[in-house]
Amino acid sequence: MFEYDLAVIGGGPAGLAAALSAYENGIQKIVILERDVELGGILNQCIHNGFGLHRFGEELTGPEYAQRFIDRLKDTAITVMLGTMVLELTSDKTITCVNKTEGLFTISAKAVILAMGCRERNRGPIGMPGDRGSGIFSAGCAQRYINIDGYMVGSRVVILGSGDIGLIMARRMTLEGAKVLAVAEIMPHSNGLNRNIVQCLNDFGIPLYLSHTVTEVVGRSRLEKVVISQVDSNFKPIPGTEKEFECDTLLLSVGLIPENELSRKAGVPIDPRTNGAVVYDDMQTETDGIFACGNVLHVHDLVDFVSAESEKAGRNAAEYIKNGCKPTDKTGAVVIQNGNGVSYTVPQKAVLSRVEKGLEIFFRVRQKSEKSVIEVKNNDRVIAAFKRDFLAPGEMEKITIPKKLLEGCEGTITVSVGGAK
Amino acid sequence: MYDVAIIGAGICGASAAYFLAQRKLKICVIEKENDVAMGTTKANSAIVHAGYDPKPGTLMARFNVRGAALIKELAAKLSVPYQQIGSLVLAFDDADLKLIHKLYERGVQNGVPGLQILSAEETLAKEPNLNPTVQGSLYAPTAGIVAPWELCIALCEVAAQNGCEFKLDSEVTAIENRQDHFVITTVNEKIEAKYIVNAAGVFADKICAMAGECDFTIHPSKGQYYLLDKNQGDLVRHVVFQCPTALGKGVLVSPTVEGNLIVGPNAELDNQRDDVATTRAGLDYVAATAAKTTTKINYRENVRNFSGLRAVSDKDDFIIGPAAFSPRFINVAGIKSPGLTAAPAIGEYVAELLENSGLKAEKKESYIDIRKHIVFNRLTAEEKKKLIKENPAYGNVICRCNTVTEGEILQALRSPLPPRTLDGVKRRAGTGMGRCQGGFCSPRVHEIISRELGIPFEAVELDRKGSRIVIRDMNKEDRNV
Repeated sequence: MFEYDLAVIGGGPAGLAAALSAYENGIQKIVILERDVELGGILNQCIHNGFGLHRFGEELTGPEYAQRFIDRLKDTAITVMLGTMVLELTSDKTITCVNKTEGLFTISAKAVILAMGCRERNRGPIGMPGDRGSGIFSAGCAQRYINIDGYMVGSRVVILGSGDIGLIMARRMTLEGAKVLAVAEIMPHSNGLNRNIVQCLNDFGIPLYLSHTVTEVVGRSRLEKVVISQVDSNFKPIPGTEKEFECDTLLLSVGLIPENELSRKAGVPIDPRTNGAVVYDDMQTETDGIFACGNVLHVHDLVDFVSAESEKAGRNAAEYIKNGCKPTDKTGAVVIQNGNGVSYTVPQKAVLSRVEKGLEIFFRVRQKSEKSVIEVKNNDRVIAAFKRDFLAPGEMEKITIPKKLLEGCEGTITVSVGGAK
Repeated sequence: MYDVAIIGAGICGASAAYFLAQRKLKICVIEKENDVAMGTTKANSAIVHAGYDPKPGTLMARFNVRGAALIKELAAKLSVPYQQIGSLVLAFDDADLKLIHKLYERGVQNGVPGLQILSAEETLAKEPNLNPTVQGSLYAPTAGIVAPWELCIALCEVAAQNGCEFKLDSEVTAIENRQDHFVITTVNEKIEAKYIVNAAGVFADKICAMAGECDFTIHPSKGQYYLLDKNQGDLVRHVVFQCPTALGKGVLVSPTVEGNLIVGPNAELDNQRDDVATTRAGLDYVAATAAKTTTKINYRENVRNFSGLRAVSDKDDFIIGPAAFSPRFINVAGIKSPGLTAAPAIGEYVAELLENSGLKAEKKESYIDIRKHIVFNRLTAEEKKKLIKENPAYGNVICRCNTVTEGEILQALRSPLPPRTLDGVKRRAGTGMGRCQGGFCSPRVHEIISRELGIPFEAVELDRKGSRIVIRDMNKEDRNV
């Protein structure tokens, strides 16, 4: 049994930032538990640039961005356990782990930060019928084969889903000599960042088929053919709109799912909108002393925001430990709801009395709009409004409600999109 | 010259090999695919049927009841996941109620122990998530669930460690019937054998016709399935059937031994022998039909769809016995449901049949009838600690969804019948079988296979021949251009 003040599960960008922030806020005995053989998480295979524009004012590659944080670890007393898989977490913050050197062991911590990231949705949940030969990859899996292992996965490619990973892989496959025949997206809009559509598709003349999905997969041994069809407003394929592509590779970029199996087993309540934990303004879950941040909480577009959110979690976990791990007084906490045009908010709850300057709320909108107003209501009273030139589901939004506008608020706070056109 | 050549390494061929390897015989198993359990054996409902369905007096009835008992025994002996969870056949109207009473009578005649007719209340008490319009059910406590490919692999491994040879990637192209033996031509070689057991599944009629006149035909019936995440696995606690129809036992909902939920199959008659694609229409039919059993299945938690082929023949019963043209050619054909359950009993019977046809052989004194198979996840904390101390590879978790360690992957790759593919490892160790479907662990398992078997990384295949995963080694390219 090892004892730590703080255990951080996951050594990707969220775990790194959270651990460093807790350390800088006065916590000494911290352990990062990482299942891979090195720190950095998924950033290690993201060798394209564009990371850190907000945080460092530079366009770094994924490994470079991670390294900035890993370098800072050297000057700390933070313990890093690599190749260490967490098998179980309990609500009393006992963690069961396994690795090659210690074997099966437990860690007891005063506070835990969940930073396990997310996994890719694959063929099953989208119910894609057809053959099950090789050549069908989740985009991230193909990215690992190419960027980490150094093996090219195919030569003629169709990509389903225009999330950022799919777009990045369209460019990556092209640069390695493959022909990307089509990117199909079931929604009438892309869920990727606009900059990625321009830089990864348009610059290479790769066609994007909006409101299309894969309706047939042919190839018992290796993939031979993919058929895509246009879908109607209920996402049902429209007969007669089939387009056939002879190809040996199909990449799936059909969404990311926060990896909360450990959280669920620990009894941490999960928000069905985000598939992440329900958190308060201090990033603490409903379970005392368990915090969450990064993609395990909600899927982010930009690692810069993951780092900022995780630093907040680390700082508040440090406060929690320094205050003697007293259960947080949650009386009078407001519930933050999504109103019209908003699909989720993080945090989901807030204790307004402890808000210092303002309450930060992250959220996503349901559809694209221009010249919109984001309206914040307390019960039925409008307390704040924010203008936005452009809103899209693929770009996470953030508002900060100044403390003085929150005075007297109780019950619910609703975030909605108004004035859209 | 072999005493016996078994054609087909599915569950029937494996069972025959297992029982024949107990005797002092020179035997081989000939398989066209690159692994065992590659056909119907790896794609079915994975149910051990109690035995109330088949008509009394049929081979199906006889081998079902005996097979169910044998599987229980073999699973324990050979470390194969098996759970006797019992089954329910639901009745939703008067006709169904009549039918379950008929099944009850049949079951009693077939010697199925412990059958009970349950009221609607009793049924819902056992399975609260069922559709509340259920009127009653037939409860069969001896029904169970098993990992079919693992059972097949285990039987093959035991046969192999007792001297049975496995010739994989060996499609049979011709069979010549000489006076006292057969000459079997495969894509690789000519094999001489005194006796043949034809366990070629959906190709059994083709194989039979190569040796002589074949008096049956196989008409594969495709069945499609959903396999849902473990978070749906406790929706039901028994194998839950609807009433059978002329097409078969219908769409079932059941937990699997891995803790997932399986839903299916439909029945598509006269399917092609190599078509196991899933279709939107087929899957939609399965989901719509299963809704009669329960409306609580969350299909967003689907982890995989698959389909398999039932080896349905033009006869009503299993076709087991010597071919008309030779007592030395034993057909094991038309093994539709309850084929998986019946298979071990069929294997036992095949050994008897061969003896009746003149193949006398003593039992081996040295038969090794155990299989050591470690599953990390099923060990106690103390056992896990001890194991990792002895072999640190068991401390390295490779598949994070199912907590499969490097140790278990190496165990599979060093087994008597080592797999060479990602799916071969999957069927033995469970890697990539979880909710991420190998998205995370595939490249890692791939690397271990390449390293351990000495196969170039780019030559490793996903499953059947021709299913390479990567096409080019970029590490060998000059990148400074």
